[in-house]
Amino acid sequence: MTHLDSELRILKSDILEMWRLVVLQLEKGKEALTNFDRDLAEEVVENEKRVNSYELKIDKDCENIFALFQPVATDLRLVLASLKISNNLERVGDIAASVADFVLDAEQDFNKEILERTKILEMYSIANEMLADTLEAFDNEDTRLARTMFKRDKILDKIDEAALDLVYECIITYPEQARNSLLVMSMIRKLERVGDMSKNIAEEIIFYFEAKVLKHKKKKQKEGDE
Amino acid sequence: MANKLETIDVNLHYGDFHALKGISLAIPDHSVTALIGPSGCGKSTYLRLFNRMNDLIPNTKITGQVLMDGEDIYKIKSSKIDHLRRTVGMVFQKPNPFPKSIFENVAYGLRVNGISDNSFIENQVEKTLRQAVLWEEVKDKLKKSAFELSGGQQQRLCIARALAIEPTVILMDEPASALDPISTGKIEDLIFELKNQYTIIIVTHNMQQAGRVSDYTGFFYLGNLIEFDKTKKIFTSPSKRETENYITGRFG
Repeated sequence: MTHLDSELRILKSDILEMWRLVVLQLEKGKEALTNFDRDLAEEVVENEKRVNSYELKIDKDCENIFALFQPVATDLRLVLASLKISNNLERVGDIAASVADFVLDAEQDFNKEILERTKILEMYSIANEMLADTLEAFDNEDTRLARTMFKRDKILDKIDEAALDLVYECIITYPEQARNSLLVMSMIRKLERVGDMSKNIAEEIIFYFEAKVLKHKKKKQKEGDE
Repeated sequence: MANKLETIDVNLHYGDFHALKGISLAIPDHSVTALIGPSGCGKSTYLRLFNRMNDLIPNTKITGQVLMDGEDIYKIKSSKIDHLRRTVGMVFQKPNPFPKSIFENVAYGLRVNGISDNSFIENQVEKTLRQAVLWEEVKDKLKKSAFELSGGQQQRLCIARALAIEPTVILMDEPASALDPISTGKIEDLIFELKNQYTIIIVTHNMQQAGRVSDYTGFFYLGNLIEFDKTKKIFTSPSKRETENYITGRFG
């Protein structure tokens, strides 16, 4: 193994660790919301620092590799993709922490009916699965799986679009949960972004493995061989 | 852009050794093409096709076509070979100035070509020393021996000497591999300047250098041209696995 290979291996393992941590953050956040588990929500907020430090570590790894090894071709694409993936993961980490913060902000348990009607739990599951699948796609060089993100993001968009009216109905129906309903609305707005970031990450995975740039391309071109 | 140089299915044998295997390649005018590949891959042999320097090696057999401006340079009369070598300048790995003064090194090519007009020669010497970004460093010591210059200056003198007879093509065989980083940088900047007026082919073992100076890159391996493309493409997403392995240092 060359020196560059071992540096790239460290970079890859750092990014995979960061990825797993962020996936876990989202999962715990969902559990905290479902069970109104304030302890767990606090843990998610606290762990946000760890996510941030991974981002700094990966930035530094990449800077060193550029300066010392001048990577080309697939190596260069890995370093460029890692920079952008870690940036997106950090933003997903922020979202996980913000959603957990909203849980802490609630003064009473969330009414199950509200969670059901606004589809926030379904949305949370889809967002979690999307991010977990980008990790799998990267780890297994599965660009086909990465390409599924473009369609799956649409489901999150739909839930987000429908949310305003549904939350309004909830406020009317359960006026004692008005504040919680508004918190749910805020969470939905945040979670919608996880879909966009999973899409960004998918684009980087495809760039890395196939040397294709899909950013700002039309939907049909993106889904390509799906 | 028109093609200045082109080879069509060129095979070259040194005795039994098959050094170039069916190389077809077109090199655009006013561009820099880098040839890369491991030692013995055929890149220097390929470079020497264009000034017929391989002819000087015994038992060399060449088939196929080597075109300059559309004319097969292996079909020209032997009396025209000198003319060919005037239009194709060459710079070698180690600076090889003549044991003469700085001025005479550059003037030499003009004198052997029968030019005796001293004011023309003086103008040409200054012009090409300026082109080679050496004038400011040597203008006060033109009568001094070329050997008093540093290695990097000697190499730029050799480039000035090649430019003096106004070639259209410049072949460079590892022109900076014996130089320190500052001199290497100057040679690379010079190559960048010169491509506006000349067609340049450079053989280099330094891949970052190929990336920095060239518009096109050809990767040779075992006498085959594995891949030829824009340099940006070769160094970001080469089409062939062998190229990828070579440029990323995972060769063999």
